[in-house]
Amino acid sequence: MDRFVFLLSAGLARGAVLALFALSLVIVWRAARVVNFAQAAMAVAAVYAAFAVTAATGSYWAGLLTGLASGALLGAAVERGLMRRLPHHNPLPGIIVAIGLVMVLQAGLAIAFGPEHRPMHPPFSERPFIIGGVPVLSPYDLFILIAAAVVMGGLALLFGRTSLGLQLRAAAFAPETSRLLGVRVPRMVTLGWALAVATAALAALLLVPTELGLNPHAADLLFVNAFAVAVIGGLDSPVGALLAGIGVGLLVSLVTGYASAAAAPLAVLALLTLVLLVRPGGIFSAKEARTA
Amino acid sequence: MSPNRWKTALRALLLTVLAIGATFGLDPFRNYQLATIAACFAAVAGLTVLVGLTGQLSLGHAVLMAAGGYGFAFTATAVEGPWALSLLAGLGGAVAVSGLLGLLLGLAAARLRGPYLAGLTLALVIALPSAASTLPLGADQGARAPFFAVPEALSALIALEQWHAWLAIIVAALAVTPLVMLRSGRAGLRMRAVLDDETASRLSGVDPGLVKAGAFVASAVPAGLGGAVLAIATQQVTPGGYGLAFSLLLVVAAVIGGLGSIGGAAIGSVLVVLLPWGVDEIVAATPSDLGQRLDGNLAVLLFGAGLIAMTLAWPGGAARLLDRLRAARPSRFATPSTTTER
Repeated sequence: MDRFVFLLSAGLARGAVLALFALSLVIVWRAARVVNFAQAAMAVAAVYAAFAVTAATGSYWAGLLTGLASGALLGAAVERGLMRRLPHHNPLPGIIVAIGLVMVLQAGLAIAFGPEHRPMHPPFSERPFIIGGVPVLSPYDLFILIAAAVVMGGLALLFGRTSLGLQLRAAAFAPETSRLLGVRVPRMVTLGWALAVATAALAALLLVPTELGLNPHAADLLFVNAFAVAVIGGLDSPVGALLAGIGVGLLVSLVTGYASAAAAPLAVLALLTLVLLVRPGGIFSAKEARTA
Repeated sequence: MSPNRWKTALRALLLTVLAIGATFGLDPFRNYQLATIAACFAAVAGLTVLVGLTGQLSLGHAVLMAAGGYGFAFTATAVEGPWALSLLAGLGGAVAVSGLLGLLLGLAAARLRGPYLAGLTLALVIALPSAASTLPLGADQGARAPFFAVPEALSALIALEQWHAWLAIIVAALAVTPLVMLRSGRAGLRMRAVLDDETASRLSGVDPGLVKAGAFVASAVPAGLGGAVLAIATQQVTPGGYGLAFSLLLVVAAVIGGLGSIGGAAIGSVLVVLLPWGVDEIVAATPSDLGQRLDGNLAVLLFGAGLIAMTLAWPGGAARLLDRLRAARPSRFATPSTTTER
C-alpha cells in the first residue's frame, strides 16, 4: 500500500510534465494544424541554452527564463523560416522537414556540447516528504505541479479570456474569415508556435533534472509519451491533454514500479494503439472534422 | 505474365548479374558495404513505394527490418540441415514475421492519416529496446544469426565477404523485383487512386482500407528481407542496430532518392551507407576532441540539412534528375510521376 501511494504521487508529477508537453503539441496543432515532430529537439535546444546560462550565472531562475525565451524564439524562427514555406494541404512535407530539423538540431547540439550526459541540478530537494510513514511528493515534485498548474491556468486565461487569445483561436479555426475581419493570421500562427515551443521547453526543463542528465536525446521518450497523451486526449483538446497526461503519467509510474522500467514504453505503445484503433480522434475530441 | 513483367524480370536479372560481377572488383570491406547497401535498398524500396504511392509515412521501417532479422535468425537457427535449406527457412521466417507485423501496422494505418501513423510508428521504434528486453529476444545482446560459410565449390574462388555480398544482392533482387511489378501493375494504379481521392476510388469499387493495409504488407516484406540480409552479413540482430537514427536514415534515403522511385531508392541507399562512412574517414583525420564530437554527428547534420533543403526546394529527389536525363529519349511506358506534391 505504501508503495502504491508513493508510485501514485510520483506518477502525478510525471503526468504534469507529460500534460504540459502534450499541451504544447495541442497548441501547435490548434494554431497551424500540424503535429510538430521536432518539438522535443527544439525544447532540448532551449534547455541547453538554459543550462549554459545557469552554469555562467549560477542562478536557476535566470536559466529558466532564458530557456523559455529561447524556446519562444526558436519556435517563431522555425515557423517563419521553414514551416510557412510548405504546402498546407498535405501533412507529409511538414513531417519530413520536422524530421530533418530533429537531425540537424540533435547532431548540432552533440557537436557543440559533446554527446555526454550533463547533470542538471533541481532548484529544490528531491527528497520526498514523509507523511504518516509513507514517502510522498518531494519539494521538487511540488514545484513541478505548481509550475505546470500556473502555466496551464495562464494559457487557459490567455486563450479563453483575452482578445489576443480570441484572435489566436479565430486564426486557427477560420483563417480566411479572420483575415477579412482584420486579424493578422500569419502573425498569430507564428505566435502560436512561439507559445508552444516555450511550453515544451518548460516541460523539458522540469523533466531533465529528474532523469540521467542533459543530452541531445533527453526528450525523445518525453515526445513519444506526450504524443500518445495528445492523441488519447484528442489533439484539439487542452483539457483532454491534461487528463490524459495525468492518466498516462500514473500508468507509466505504476508499470515502472510493479513490472519494470523497460515495460513502460510498451504499455504506452499498447495504449496508443488501442485508442487509435477504437477512437482515432481521441477520447476527448468533440467533432469529426479533421483533414490531416 | 505480361510482356511488361517479363521485361522487368529480365532487367532485374541483368542488374543482379552485373552487381555480382562487380563484387570481383571490390576488396572485402567494400563487399561488406555492398551487402549493407543491398539491405538498405530492399527496405528503402519498400518505404518509398509506401510513402510515394499511398502517402503513408512510416518512421518505423527499422523495426520491420529488425522483425525480419529476428525472424531470420530464429528460423535459420532452428532448421537443421544443408545450408541452403537453413537459408531458405530463415528467409521464409523473415517474410512471415515482418509481413505479420506489417499487416498489424497496416490495419492500424488504414484508419489513420498523416501525423497519427507517423507518431504510432515513431512510438514503435522507441519501444523496440523495451520489447527486446521484455520479450524473449535476447535483450541488448540480441540474437545470433547462423554463419553461412562459402560453399566448397566456390571457396577457392571468392572470399567470405564476397559470398555474403552475393547472397545480399540475390535476396535484395528477390525482394525488390515483385515490388517493381506491383508498382507498375494494377495494385500500383489502385494505390495512386486512393492517394489522389479516397471517395472517388471507393465509388470506383476500390476499398481504400484494403489498399492501404495491402501496401503496408507489401512494404514490410522487403524491409524484413533487408533485415535478413543484414543478419547474414553481421551474423547477429541487436535492437541497438535498429534505433531511431537508423530508421530516420531510411526516410532520408527515400526522400533524397525521390519518393515513389525504386531507382531513387538505390541512389538513396548508396548515399546513406557511404556518406557517413566517408565523412567519418575525413573526421578521423581532424584533432582528437573535435573529431570525437564530429564523429557520427556530422553526417546526421548533413542528412538533416539535405532533407530540409530537398523538401523545400526540390521535392522530386534524385529520381527527377534521372527522369530529366531520360526525357531526352522517348519512352513507350511512361509512368506517372509521384512526388510529395499533390
